Amino acid sequence: MLEVTGLRAWYGEAQALHGVNLSVGEGEVVTLVGRNGAGKTTLVRCLIGLHRQVGGTVSFLGRDITGMPAHRRARAGMGWVQDDRGIYAGLTVEENLLLPPKVSDRAWTLDRVYEAFPVLADRRKAPGTTLSGGEQQMLAIARVLRTGARLLLMDEPSEGLAPVVVARIGAIIREIKETGVSVLLIEQNVKFAATVADRHYLLSQGRIVEALDNSEFRRREVQLLEHLGI
Amino acid sequence: MNAVLQYAVQGLAAGSFYALAALGLAIIFGVLGVVNFAHGAFYMLGAVTAAVLLDTLGLTLWWSLLAVPVLMFVFGVVVERLFVQWLLRLDPLYNFLLTFGLTLVLVELVKQKYGVSGLPYKPPGILQGRAELAGVVLPRYQLFVFLFSVAICVLVWLLMTRTRVGMIVRASTEKPELTRALGVNVGRWVTPVFGFGVALAGLAGVLAAPFRAITADMGNNFAIILFAVVVIGGLGSIVGAVVAGFLVGLVEAFGQAYAPTFAQILIFVLMALIILVRPAGLFGREEATR
Repeated sequence: MLEVTGLRAWYGEAQALHGVNLSVGEGEVVTLVGRNGAGKTTLVRCLIGLHRQVGGTVSFLGRDITGMPAHRRARAGMGWVQDDRGIYAGLTVEENLLLPPKVSDRAWTLDRVYEAFPVLADRRKAPGTTLSGGEQQMLAIARVLRTGARLLLMDEPSEGLAPVVVARIGAIIREIKETGVSVLLIEQNVKFAATVADRHYLLSQGRIVEALDNSEFRRREVQLLEHLGI
Repeated sequence: MNAVLQYAVQGLAAGSFYALAALGLAIIFGVLGVVNFAHGAFYMLGAVTAAVLLDTLGLTLWWSLLAVPVLMFVFGVVVERLFVQWLLRLDPLYNFLLTFGLTLVLVELVKQKYGVSGLPYKPPGILQGRAELAGVVLPRYQLFVFLFSVAICVLVWLLMTRTRVGMIVRASTEKPELTRALGVNVGRWVTPVFGFGVALAGLAGVLAAPFRAITADMGNNFAIILFAVVVIGGLGSIVGAVVAGFLVGLVEAFGQAYAPTFAQILIFVLMALIILVRPAGLFGREEATR
């Protein structure tokens, strides 16, 4: 589904990514773990098409999308769940859901979204940012599900949320996986990552330093936590 | 009481020009990220075009209210395609300089063609003179300008809140990058939005034609006040632009009535006070201050 080969990225003269290789298969949940400044957010911005100073190739659903502008990547089936959740204050909850265009026939109807996330139905006319942090995270996820995106790029969805909400987000990710949608999850929360993902990449100083399956990841949890400095 | 009401209507009429033009400025800034310095010149072109249409083709104000915005829309589209679009990827300062230069060129061209003395403009008979409303005598034209502008503002508000285009404009004003990353082709709306904003400035110019001296320089002072309006309302805020437009018109009118020497200064005192209390402007979001 997603193949990243030799991805390099710069900010002016400073190189942030040094040849990243990773892949996400159909219906797979893959996490990218790394400490602050490792290049996680840069990598996501490269994938979604917002960071343009890049080398290497990104292919998605068999197409080379390296030079493709952001809006066309989204229309090809990439759904971004931004780290600050990216909810529009100037749009109602429902408008937040309706803003992105549908991109495939897997698109959820509004009814289905409201059935899965009843809290959004109750607050449909309210400005998006009047929701709580957890509700905003649900809205951000629901928004890309409604488009019928094939791959969700989720940037730290558990950040700053209460454990019970994090558990709910985890359940949603497992449900998403059941429907055949792939997820690339950017996380610092190793425990959370282990509950939802099939495979894990460890990113450090702009390079993938380890690729682990979930059992190995769980076994080395303590060491990974140490690496992340948590 | 009568005098106060008269100043109020005069202020609301003057505020109408600011409100309409600031609305255009806010929408352009929201979608393109361009501070359109040429907005005053577009306002001036609107007034001059109305005067020329009346003089050469005999088109009255009614027709100009329709024709001039259309012409200005086309003009805006041409300006955007020829110049503005090439600079959008660069620092916003480049488009600021471009539109500043464009202002100088347009003002000089109008001076060359029509000189520096004001062009005459008479509104249709029905809008001349005064009307008596509940014992208060008020200038008909000023009442008309106010009501017409409010109607246009309501229409634009409906466009912004009830249509998909409006939703896209609001979204890309607030989070331009995310909006693109969610699959919205914001680029497709850039040209029509610029044209629309220029048309609103032109419309303000038409309404001002019977009310102000029509000269090449009429946009210069207007542009300066307009930026104060935008700062007061909150840069990029559509409601803010309208409310601040009328507010500044009122301050100006009452200032001219009761403290003529301080009339202009008052507007900037108001601006400074509002920046002190609410750095993002009356309706600006706090993120804008970061």
